[in-house]
Amino acid sequence: MKNVFKAPAWLLMIATFFIPMAIIAIYSLLTRGGYGGIERPFTLENYTRLFDPLYGVIFARSVWIAAVATFLCLLLGFPLALFIARSDRKNFWLALVILPFWTSFLIRLYAWMFLLRDTGLINTLFHTHLPMLYNNGAVILGLVYGYLPFAVLPMYATLERLDNTLLEAAADLGATPLAALYRVTIPLAMPGIRAAAILTFVPCIGTYLTSDLLGGSKTILIGNLVQNQFTTARDWPFGAAASLVLMAVALGLLFLAKRRGEELL
Amino acid sequence: MKAYAALICCFLHIPLLILALFSVNSSKFTVWEGFSLHWYRAALGDRELLESAGNSLIIAVVATLIATAIGTLAAYGLWKRTSNLLSSALYMSLVTPEIVTGVSLLALFQWTFRFLHLRLGMHTVILAHVAFSVAYVVVVVMARLRSFDKSLEEAALDLGETEFGAFYRVTLPYLAPAIAAAAMLAFTVSIDDYVITSLVAGVDSQTLPMVIYALARRGVNPMLNAVSTMVVFGLGVMVLVSERLRAK
Amino acid sequence: MTAILELRGVSKEFPSHRAVENLSLEIPRGAFFSLLGPSGCGKTTTLRMVAGFESPTSGEILLNGARIDHLPPYKRNVNTVFQNYALFPHLTVRGNVEFGRPKQDIKHVLEQVHLTGKESRRLHELSGGERQRVALARSLVLEPDVLLLDEPLSALDPLLRKEVRAELKELQRRVGVTFLFVTHDQEEALALSDQIAVMNEGVVEQIGTPQEIYQSPKTKFVASFLGAMNWIDGAGIRPECLRITREGLPAVVTDSVFLGSVVHIQAKLESGEQVRAQVAPDQALKPGETVFLSWNRCDEKRF
Repeated sequence: MKNVFKAPAWLLMIATFFIPMAIIAIYSLLTRGGYGGIERPFTLENYTRLFDPLYGVIFARSVWIAAVATFLCLLLGFPLALFIARSDRKNFWLALVILPFWTSFLIRLYAWMFLLRDTGLINTLFHTHLPMLYNNGAVILGLVYGYLPFAVLPMYATLERLDNTLLEAAADLGATPLAALYRVTIPLAMPGIRAAAILTFVPCIGTYLTSDLLGGSKTILIGNLVQNQFTTARDWPFGAAASLVLMAVALGLLFLAKRRGEELL
Repeated sequence: MKAYAALICCFLHIPLLILALFSVNSSKFTVWEGFSLHWYRAALGDRELLESAGNSLIIAVVATLIATAIGTLAAYGLWKRTSNLLSSALYMSLVTPEIVTGVSLLALFQWTFRFLHLRLGMHTVILAHVAFSVAYVVVVVMARLRSFDKSLEEAALDLGETEFGAFYRVTLPYLAPAIAAAAMLAFTVSIDDYVITSLVAGVDSQTLPMVIYALARRGVNPMLNAVSTMVVFGLGVMVLVSERLRAK
Repeated sequence: MTAILELRGVSKEFPSHRAVENLSLEIPRGAFFSLLGPSGCGKTTTLRMVAGFESPTSGEILLNGARIDHLPPYKRNVNTVFQNYALFPHLTVRGNVEFGRPKQDIKHVLEQVHLTGKESRRLHELSGGERQRVALARSLVLEPDVLLLDEPLSALDPLLRKEVRAELKELQRRVGVTFLFVTHDQEEALALSDQIAVMNEGVVEQIGTPQEIYQSPKTKFVASFLGAMNWIDGAGIRPECLRITREGLPAVVTDSVFLGSVVHIQAKLESGEQVRAQVAPDQALKPGETVFLSWNRCDEKRF
């Protein structure tokens, strides 16, 4: 009886997760045929091709951009999380921060396009001609804008549970508020900070839309590479290999974090 | 400190507010020329937009219904007896990058369609949306289940109910707000999806995000501002209601 | 003897109520001084004002003759042992003890609290009593003028409490630091203190040595808070002062509890009031029996 409840979900997962993943895995070992088909022989060439500097750059760029975006999210998000955890109106501020996240991601990116374009609002308003769009910086901005709420939540959760008397004790023992922040609050908030880092880095490294809309043709990330191989370039085996590597990185990081006992969900 | 928080919140909200502001700008350039609602009229009269919005709604409603049902049952089943494998699968589907989910589903469809003689269309999109929404539903309903007193079900069994009857008459009512909240969440996620939908939709099933994407790529489009404002407002209201239900 | 800590007309008002009202205290150097009272009497608020976590609405606090009430906690030479100890979970014993003065040699203070050799232990490896000693060491290492203790024994289980109580008294004598101790347990206060200030509803009702307070209570509240008290005809008489005699005030025994070395009796007077008395175990009394009570006039307390 109990299994009946889980059965539909099982079927769904098998059909839409396990089997597709298996198919992708198999494809990644096959070769691109004429007209974009897939055929034998089985080969590891798709994976070795990923080490080609041309594609290595893409991976490096993805890691770099994700790292910078994550760092900025932590830097900007921590004081915010701290403020909310100590505020009297926690729910109000949380709602204010989380709300934009749950509206359309696509539209939020468009909003930045509207602001940053050559004919966009900022350039028009200040009569400048700054090329603010279609570069790495714009992508990082878009990622931070998109995932900042994601980073705030786990840090807030840890900070909110912090025992206030510990801060009183620190002051009692001679620590100024700044010293107490550095020596007590931050060390105890580390689990939340780590969770925030991983929860931000993983989506950032796999992003597609942000780099597609804000990055233009010069900023190709892994997500764009995969999309490209499955559509325009019609090299499904290669795209599959890149997908699996991306998956492996994402899952690997999350697994590492879980290993250390972090609660990520 | 409060000033900093306010500043960050401004950063988060201002871009959308600016879109809303310029959606009532009578000019089609980024200079303010006067108040006008004609972009809204244009948007609501645009055939492509309306059709794609209709598709998106149909897809979202159907996918939400199915995903909520599957997800609620799954959460209940997991609560009664945990299954690490199912939990892990759901968790992985949640954290898999969208592009990977998208291409894997595309590969699935292409492969099965060799035998089934089908094509990509609304049905594939709906299936894809169900696939990635279920995990969200499970998370929300699970959270509510954690605060549910198991002995209430046992009392029902003691008083003569079957196992399913206990679920239906005792647990389900308790879960109702969470289920509603989860449904709204699934709806929001489905309405907004671009990446996965664009890969598995056929040529004749355009969704609203796909049209928005095309317009955004083409250039500054004040009609898009109007559409954006309407969508964001609608989704925003939905999210607020969902959060209220969750907090009960 | 000059007072090391002085509170002059200190009041603390919260939006909901007045916690402390016009409190004046002089705490002598090297004393074990207790603030005793029921919960809500303002004793913890007073302690927190001395520590710097609350600021007085009016009045002054002087340490060694200098005003400190406007200083933040980290600038005052007083240290607090919190009720829940507030030990830093991310640090070892050593990390906690040297927090206020890093790289300081902590061996001496660890010896004083009998924690030698446990520097690298993590907090979860310590017992409740050991954790309290870490809290003590952490504060003592900074050589405060006054050590503030907020009900430090209440977190311990009753068996441990008496033992730790004795250790605490001994520690204070050895180290010589002035202790300002807050508690609601009158037995604790009587056993530990050189001087006690009894507080009730934000006001100090009496200050004195344990003997003074017990034997010569100045108010009805102090009399009934310190030990048990019988009220007969408007006079207060301690149970141990009541004797069962052949003549005297008649009473009917309602309860008799054998406690080994003594028997506690509850009896009802003709007026309907209940009184408590103590008798030796050989005086067997049963409920329902009529007895006669007498006492010395000089043991009566009148207010």
